[in-house]
Amino acid sequence: MPLGFAPLFFGMSDIFPKWTNRLPVWLITGAVLVGGAAAAGVTYYFTNKYANVGYQPVQPVAFSHTIHAGQLGLDCRYCHNGVEKSWYSNVPAASTCMNCHNQVLKDDPKLTLVRNSYSNNVPIAWTQIHKTPDYVFFNHSVHVNRGVSCVHCHGRVDKMDEVRHEKPLSMSFCVDCHRNPAEKIRPPDQVYNLNWQAPPGFAQRDGAKFVHDWKVNASQNCSACHR
Amino acid sequence: MRYFVLGLTLVATLVVSVLGFRGDISRKPPLEIFPDMDRQPKLRPQEPNALLPNGRSSQLPVEGSIARGTPFASTPKNTGRVSGVTNFVELLPVKVTPQLLARGRDRYAISCLPCHGAQGDGNGITKKIGAMGVVANLHDARIVKLPDGELFHVISDGRNLMGGYRSNIAIDDRWAIVAYLRALQRSRLGFEDELSAAERAQLK
Repeated sequence: MPLGFAPLFFGMSDIFPKWTNRLPVWLITGAVLVGGAAAAGVTYYFTNKYANVGYQPVQPVAFSHTIHAGQLGLDCRYCHNGVEKSWYSNVPAASTCMNCHNQVLKDDPKLTLVRNSYSNNVPIAWTQIHKTPDYVFFNHSVHVNRGVSCVHCHGRVDKMDEVRHEKPLSMSFCVDCHRNPAEKIRPPDQVYNLNWQAPPGFAQRDGAKFVHDWKVNASQNCSACHR
Repeated sequence: MRYFVLGLTLVATLVVSVLGFRGDISRKPPLEIFPDMDRQPKLRPQEPNALLPNGRSSQLPVEGSIARGTPFASTPKNTGRVSGVTNFVELLPVKVTPQLLARGRDRYAISCLPCHGAQGDGNGITKKIGAMGVVANLHDARIVKLPDGELFHVISDGRNLMGGYRSNIAIDDRWAIVAYLRALQRSRLGFEDELSAAERAQLK
């Protein structure tokens, strides 16, 4: 049978029903919607706006960690003195600043707020940068007392003139370490030394031993953090 | 052509979304479009709090009240003074152990070393940069001769230009620092009867 007679037997509308006329429009609309949702989702959840990385607010006092922790070599705990005992790492009281700044830059306008806080008991309104969600219970003391250094979550603060959010601190960030604590653990006297580098093979040899000896229970149970 | 432009736009948006801003410095607080119960109306330490007149979530204890677990009795250990009088205790009221000295060394390195130096001779970093007026050399005879209780008192409440560390260092740690300081001082002190007869003869 010659092909030219096919319409006589089937009819064109049987092969491509009427609704197929609108198919291209649907496809385009669908692609726009799905693509747009994907782009928006990625923008929101994957970029720093969501993961907080790069957040560097302007603080009321231009305190430089580069100078204090880096150049002067102050121990983190000189100021954040509650970190070994408490679940949160405190911002120091103005009196701690004034231990030195009653003599150093004692009339400098940059320190007006600190002096005001010290003598008039007015808190300095620092902007908190690292904020876990309120349903996450993170305990500083249990981490620093078991060989997890500040640097893992906060980065090289001793090289930051202005502190910024360096690590994502997302749930996968926490869980990565909880799955394999030996990888990140270090000797307790190196916890506040942000410059410390694990020698080759340290994690397999000493890291694993620390985890065993200190009975490090880096739980992956939901209730470890969500209580 | 139209599909091509559309696809290109989507791909460009995706690429910019994934790579473009990630890790960039942002002065503005992170966007939290979906609250996800991230921020709950509960108070965390050192946060502002509009409920109370001074606007703080961390309140000072009421005047005259004592928080649970806070040392309050006027014992030599808590005050550095002999009970009932204002004299300083001559010797540490805590047992000196290797652990105490190690702890003292650790705590000394955090709070004292920046000014007084690792050796206690007043050559800390603040001296090197010329920041401080006067920093005491802890090996000075006048400091060596101070009773232990007075050293504890100076750490707690400061002296001259030095500020007090009462709120920064716990009582046990202050005594540990005193013990370690005594060990530091001892490292530069010798007594005549520790020398052999021959060495003593050389002295004369």
